[in-house]
Amino acid sequence: MLKDVSFGQYYPVKSFVHNLDPRLKILFLIGYIVAIFLAKEFLALGACALVLVFAVFIARIPFGKVMRAVKGILFLVLFTAVINVFFHGGSAVYWDGPAVLWEWKIFRVTQAGIMFSAFLVLRLFLLVICSSLLTYTTTPVSLTDGIESLLTPLKWVRFPVHELALIMSIALRFIPILMDETERIMNAQKARGAMLDSGGPAKRVKAIVPVLIPLLLSAFHRADELGDAMDARCYSGGKNRTKYKKLRFSWRDLLAAVLLAALIAGVVVMRYFPVFPL
Amino acid sequence: MKIGTVLHPRCYNRDNGSMMTKALEYRDVTFSYGEESAFRMEHLNFSVEEGEFVAVLGHNGSGKSTLARLANGLLTPDRGAVAVFGATLTQKNLFEIRKQVGIVFQNPDSQAVASIVEDDVAFGAENVGLKREEIGKRIDFALRAVGMEEFRTATISRLSGGQKQRVSIAGVLALKPKIMILDESTAMLDPRGRREIVEVVKNLNEKEGITVLMITHFMEEALLCSRAVVMNRGEIVMQDTPEGIFRRGEELLTYNLALPRIGEICNRLRAGGMQVRDSLDVNTLAEEISKCVS
Repeated sequence: MLKDVSFGQYYPVKSFVHNLDPRLKILFLIGYIVAIFLAKEFLALGACALVLVFAVFIARIPFGKVMRAVKGILFLVLFTAVINVFFHGGSAVYWDGPAVLWEWKIFRVTQAGIMFSAFLVLRLFLLVICSSLLTYTTTPVSLTDGIESLLTPLKWVRFPVHELALIMSIALRFIPILMDETERIMNAQKARGAMLDSGGPAKRVKAIVPVLIPLLLSAFHRADELGDAMDARCYSGGKNRTKYKKLRFSWRDLLAAVLLAALIAGVVVMRYFPVFPL
Repeated sequence: MKIGTVLHPRCYNRDNGSMMTKALEYRDVTFSYGEESAFRMEHLNFSVEEGEFVAVLGHNGSGKSTLARLANGLLTPDRGAVAVFGATLTQKNLFEIRKQVGIVFQNPDSQAVASIVEDDVAFGAENVGLKREEIGKRIDFALRAVGMEEFRTATISRLSGGQKQRVSIAGVLALKPKIMILDESTAMLDPRGRREIVEVVKNLNEKEGITVLMITHFMEEALLCSRAVVMNRGEIVMQDTPEGIFRRGEELLTYNLALPRIGEICNRLRAGGMQVRDSLDVNTLAEEISKCVS
């Protein structure tokens, strides 16, 4: 179950997307999220989806990996979809048949509701896939460099940009390690008769405590060790620090930037001149 | 302690009559982790010569790790001083000293800062503000020294324990230290990983001339060293060649340490009336036995 969490894990292959400047990838993600929230109709969202499918394809990330990212939020998505199907209402008609398909007390399933739910599901999927694409194709270090570089203006107000970026990249690096650790602790507790998968919700939450406490303890222990290891390697914050890898903006980045700009422009245009409004 | 040794790091070595430099020196060090802690280190005097390969043995809580952490300012002595190549460690020269004294820790999973091998090896070199080209050269050098060149762009979490620890060693090597301390760096590895690390470290000591302080509780590893030191309750209780230490098996037991298997075999043979001399590797022991038999 825990192995399904793929957020923040780098997938090491060589590809066009992997080689992009991390700053551009971060901006691309932000721009892309803006685009999918600006999109008001299926055609616009479809264009977004197409761009993403293309990006995943050239990033050479296997389909299964992408799906694993989606699986992590499946419950949330289904929950949102169900709520919207029953409560959205609306009287728009999209296909032959009555606008209201089913009604009981406050629950009301309408054509508009179904369409809207589908739209929402697609939007959430695109959101998650795009974010995981960033972490699949960008190593935590270059992600850190990207964030640090993008936040450089904040250095003027003495905001600890480097430190913040480093904290984020270390957090990403430790996700898989802590996952393994959780599994180990859970197995250890199960071996001693802990019932982690049975009983009602209250009982299950209670059963988590003996897993959580050793996990926290070991996380603190690790943090201590890592701190020592960093100290021992002369770490003293961002001051006077140099970087082995320099960020360079290349033709690839320009190409990706143009693609993103076209997508956003298209979505904005469709917002004002809708083709098939929802 | 002679005054001369304090003023001059170079001192006369009686064994071979050559001038030797003290790489690391603990001068009358007293240290505790605060009032509540039972651990005390009092008036510890100990030094390591340049180019030496010293093993530090001791059971848990004997003060081995404290010894390591005092060496590069991760801990500061309450009284007394630590000197590296004659320079007393202070807040001012802390980073200079840390460049010279590298420590590799126990857990291979909680030492790496980055997730890609070369990024992690670069970390230390970046911290001290080296230029890009120089960092690149240092990565080449460090990865070659630990035999991990072909893993330069690999993801650390996919490596084996021994490989991860070799990357940790490379990360320390990138700072070009003169002294390397391994704080139980083999404790969490399988036998194969342990062998890998010991080989790499032995090689660094012989080919690069790096002074090594190897903290361990695996007796077998101590056999490779030129000198072994046994600690107990914050004190150095034995100090000798590995052979000399293992000859005193009874005494080792009182410090909760066991003989390496080969030493135990020697002792048992002697107890059984076979006059074998102490030997620390299988071949020598075999020769000894064949001598006795014939």
